Amino acid sequence: MWDYVVERRGLIAFQAFQHVSLVVQCVLLGSLLAVALAVLVYRNPTATSAANGFSAVGLTVPSFALLGILLAPFGFGITPAVIAITFYAALPVLRNAVVGLAGVDRSLVESARGIGMSRVRTLLRVELPLAWPVILAGIRVSTQMVMGIAAIAAYVLGPGLGGFIFSGLSRLGGANALNSTLTGTIAIVLLALVLDLLLVLVGRLTTPRGIRV
Amino acid sequence: MSETLPSEAQPAPPTAAEPGRDDRNISGVPIRLDGVTKRYPGQDVPAVDDVTLEIAAGETVMFVGPSGCGKTTLLKMINRLIEPTGGRIHLGDEDVTDQDPDRLRRRIGYVIQAGGLFPHMTVATNIGLVPKMLKWDDARVAARVDELLDLVGLDPDQYRDRYPRELSGGQQQRVGVARALAADPPVLLMDEPFGAVDPITRQRLQDELIRIQEELGKTIVFVTHDFDEAVKLGDRIVVFDVGARVVQYDTPERILADPAEEYVADFVGAGATLKQLTLTRVGDVDLLQPTTATVGSDAAAAVAAAQAAGDDYVVVLDRRGRPISWPTLAELTRSPTIPDTVDERLPVVGMRSTLNDALDTMLAASQGGVVVTGRRESLAGVMAVETVMAAIQRTRSGAAG
Repeated sequence: MWDYVVERRGLIAFQAFQHVSLVVQCVLLGSLLAVALAVLVYRNPTATSAANGFSAVGLTVPSFALLGILLAPFGFGITPAVIAITFYAALPVLRNAVVGLAGVDRSLVESARGIGMSRVRTLLRVELPLAWPVILAGIRVSTQMVMGIAAIAAYVLGPGLGGFIFSGLSRLGGANALNSTLTGTIAIVLLALVLDLLLVLVGRLTTPRGIRV
Repeated sequence: MSETLPSEAQPAPPTAAEPGRDDRNISGVPIRLDGVTKRYPGQDVPAVDDVTLEIAAGETVMFVGPSGCGKTTLLKMINRLIEPTGGRIHLGDEDVTDQDPDRLRRRIGYVIQAGGLFPHMTVATNIGLVPKMLKWDDARVAARVDELLDLVGLDPDQYRDRYPRELSGGQQQRVGVARALAADPPVLLMDEPFGAVDPITRQRLQDELIRIQEELGKTIVFVTHDFDEAVKLGDRIVVFDVGARVVQYDTPERILADPAEEYVADFVGAGATLKQLTLTRVGDVDLLQPTTATVGSDAAAAVAAAQAAGDDYVVVLDRRGRPISWPTLAELTRSPTIPDTVDERLPVVGMRSTLNDALDTMLAASQGGVVVTGRRESLAGVMAVETVMAAIQRTRSGAAG
């Protein structure tokens, strides 16, 4: 297996980069969409439960099936992969953002309004910063989850380490089939750990000392 | 900024009834509520029903009444956190009923329970929020923050960069007051600000507020459910009934002496004679002048001076003249010089504290007296429990006769 990896180190490194890049961009996009949606719904109980229901049900949709469905309108390639991964990345963030925003002490919001902060300024200066640790926890969960889902994007010929897994699985029993699958899997696990560490660091750097636990 | 000048020219001990009104520096504006009404959809009875009220510039007016009587709703309509459904609100000569609420609120200080400080911002950031919104430059904001920390009795160098959770409840409340005063608003609205702190801290905060108000002369509207607090802090008290009906609007003295309705008498409570204790300030009674000694001076000399004066204790002052402990002569003879240990449990009240506070403080510290401090926390004297007792005797015989 070691020889297998060394021989293909260029390709592995390239696919690993593609994989991480796909995940990071989709998580960023998904988080932005999720936080924006959370901001729209968190003050309305009906909309909040609808959003929570959506994120719970959304997570039960098998990723393989979703990719398959997206094939019809978008064909093979990067587009269906990005749509599917962004969809899954947004769900945990949506749930946490709603919880985080709803968890901000109402008296602080009133205090912000009372000293003359506008609705938008209160959201940006008070509510989102206070909800940030919870939102970031959602981003960590979603990054971990999406690292795995991005592997399946290889099914629609998307970029990333999934290619090693799928090509190995399709030739199971053949030469290097197991090596190929294992390489893809282990690389994804390792990269997921690295990304998680980075997010912990981001959390340390972006959480003000006053609310750090 | 005229309001921050220490009013050195103030008259000597002001009387309890009218605290030096004429010579006071007033930076507040009058507030006029004209038929203000709040009706919530789906409710037959309005929460606030047609209230008309004039609050004079520079006065502290206390809103008291049972919970749910609409006093907080009325307060929040002054800065339009709650929009009135009817009536007009005037600040000074201006009708502010239709002004942009965010702009309006930057001109009205607002203090809530526990200060409402933002936990993710430092003390300095919290205090500087309103000046920043008013586009002051950084240097001016920083100078104002230090000035305000000083005003509320917190050392700027020590507290500026702390986060709210690194402060005690009383300190958070002080920062809350500093933040409300940041842009020098003429009006201060306070919604049960001292409800969440322990009694001794609350009493100190009240003393501070009285002191600050004597310096600044803002128009303060203060909601409380504690009638003693209302009597202590208020120039006038508004007693509300359900629907924010104004039952009585008068000075504390007159409400205690002559309640307008049985309802007010009930609210004031059966202990109204003892409540007169709340009307008498520590500064109004004769204080004892104890033997004092400064930290680091010769202990034997202090002991001799105390014995000559017939005292069995000495009040130790730090180098700025502030009392820090009151050891007995026996304790003092143990060391050659006066020790600089600060007695955290030293019972201290200010000149503007009430006799009620003084008695509370003595009981809490299990001491037979309290140290009284005046301007800049310097020693003003000592008050013995006997003085309070004499005052009780006087009001009782006054009530009987």
